[in-house]
Amino acid sequence: MLGFAVLAGFAWLVLFGLFLSPNDQTQKTGVRILYIHVPSAWLAYLAFGVTGISSAFYLVKRTRSLVWDRIAGASAEVGVLFMGITLVSGSLWGRITWGTFWTWDSRLTTTAFLFVTYIGYLAVRDLGGTHQQRARRSAVLALLAVCEVPLVHFSVKWWRPLHQQESVADGELSGLMLFSLFVGLISFTLLYVWLVMHRQRVLALNDRADDRGLDAALLERRNEVVR
Amino acid sequence: MNMWRIARLVAVKDLRVEWRSRVMTNQVLPFAALVMVMFAFALDSDQVLTRVAPGLVWLATMFSLLVIVQRSFAVETADGALDALQVAGVRPGGIFLGKSLALAAQLAALELVLLAAAVVLYQTELLAGGVVLLVTTWVAATTGLAFVGTLYGGLAAGAKGRETLLPLLMLPVVAPVLIGATRATEAALGTNDATPSDGWPWIGLLALFAVVFGAGGTLAFGSLIDE
Amino acid sequence: MEPVASPVVDLVDVVAVLGSFPALAGASLTVQRGEIVLLQGPNGAGKTSLLRLCAGLLPVERGAAHVLGCDLVADRTAVRNRVGLLGHANGLYADLTVADNVRFWGATVGASDDEVAGALRRMGLAERLATVPVSRLSAGQRRRTALACLVARRAELWLLDEPHAGLDAAGRDDLDHTLRSAAAAGATVMVASHELERAGALATRVVEVVAGQVQAPS
Repeated sequence: MLGFAVLAGFAWLVLFGLFLSPNDQTQKTGVRILYIHVPSAWLAYLAFGVTGISSAFYLVKRTRSLVWDRIAGASAEVGVLFMGITLVSGSLWGRITWGTFWTWDSRLTTTAFLFVTYIGYLAVRDLGGTHQQRARRSAVLALLAVCEVPLVHFSVKWWRPLHQQESVADGELSGLMLFSLFVGLISFTLLYVWLVMHRQRVLALNDRADDRGLDAALLERRNEVVR
Repeated sequence: MNMWRIARLVAVKDLRVEWRSRVMTNQVLPFAALVMVMFAFALDSDQVLTRVAPGLVWLATMFSLLVIVQRSFAVETADGALDALQVAGVRPGGIFLGKSLALAAQLAALELVLLAAAVVLYQTELLAGGVVLLVTTWVAATTGLAFVGTLYGGLAAGAKGRETLLPLLMLPVVAPVLIGATRATEAALGTNDATPSDGWPWIGLLALFAVVFGAGGTLAFGSLIDE
Repeated sequence: MEPVASPVVDLVDVVAVLGSFPALAGASLTVQRGEIVLLQGPNGAGKTSLLRLCAGLLPVERGAAHVLGCDLVADRTAVRNRVGLLGHANGLYADLTVADNVRFWGATVGASDDEVAGALRRMGLAERLATVPVSRLSAGQRRRTALACLVARRAELWLLDEPHAGLDAAGRDDLDHTLRSAAAAGATVMVASHELERAGALATRVVEVVAGQVQAPS
């Protein structure tokens, strides 16, 4: 059912984003990229927040459960994807609007930083060991990443204070454009939830397959004795 | 056993290993000096070099940090000493602080040498008025780097692909230190029209970074090295 | 009748994994204080994993495990400073001298200089070898250094994985003597070895480890 909602949301977004909403005065058609860029950015940070919170839940003894670990992992995978989309779409928008692919403003740089950090996080998740070891290691790493983000954000912000903090809200967004933006936010969020739910389920199945593999391997090993 | 006594024990042991093996003096320092020379080859302009000298010093420090951290943990994993420390029930927080302390001492010596190299190679001049700022930067940045290096070095120790994992994890994290230390050093040396008073806000950032990773590392080190 | 003291090692149907491979597939073992237990069995049988599990290094996947009164399932770190594990690696710092190493390990439990010197003497390292860097020692000498570190740490349970490897005949007898006196002084020793001759000379009990499980010898 959620899947249908996502599809519907996206159809709606395409309709409004590409067709019904007007062109911006200064940015013309280029503003339409924002309908992807802004929701992606929102999602990337949401995913990041979810990974951090799930990791915290895992580390607290009372609520410890591998489900939190899997949510953290699924959210990180989806988050990396959307961070990539954010960076690329943001870069394209910047090219169209101001003529540069990249600016060193704190939001963009922090997102790039997060992107690399998450790739490292996913690499560490693949290091092997028992599920509990993986969960504990990744949870600690995720929380460290949460601590780093404000540090990175502020250091970049202070670094280039004279640089204009171009904001999405520059100029006026007409009613329809704002509405399209909202549609985008909603459909992307639905997409995120859908992706994380399904990815989490796959990870749970993987873990269970590992366990079942263990039972089979146990049986095999015990039979060695009989032979 | 008291965590601080363990820290002192481990730090003295690490420094004694370095004293006997001389890896820092025979390999790392030449490497760092070589990096400084190669910057000159690449940038090919005395004016540019003098302007960017502070950044180059800290950049060379970051690269050398990777090497020193790898070495610090290679010593531990070569004969299973880190495992043995865990078996001995030695408090991981103490191991973390001890190794950080030894790492900081080696880094501090390295940075002094790099500063001297900058004076020689890039015509850097030392300002009398900026000495306090310079020394404070030196202490604050080195402490933060030592904490981060020990933390992620412990994580990567004994992991598959650790030579590539360590840079991937560490370099994004030390970005705030690179920015902050370079800006503060510029202020202390008067390059780029900076004055010493510009540098002090950055010290705040560096100090915060050191505190966050010192505390976080002491708490998290045990989980990260646990097999 | 004396009440039976709780066993030093109490494993019930323990399963432990290395990656996805079940190194221990339902191992059960009970060891009393002062025993010297010899674990025999072919390579890959799980002897090393059994020792590492008792040291709290290998997580208990299934089953119950109690060592020196500590529940390894609940918290496998509690038992650690009372146990000494000597595996295939020696846990030494190659650039430091023998004396440096023993002193360092003794210092982790606050051992005095006398205790350290005593440990060196017991392993025959006090004379020429004390000031030699470990990197320049033979395999047998390194093993003796590692044992000296164990002595200095006052470990209650000694877990030794193939300790006789690399030692000459005199060295092996020395080692057996050290282990017997350690057991007499109250320590408990578990030795994994596939040398059959050791059984009579050293151990109070022999068990077989086969395919991740423990059996009494046939």
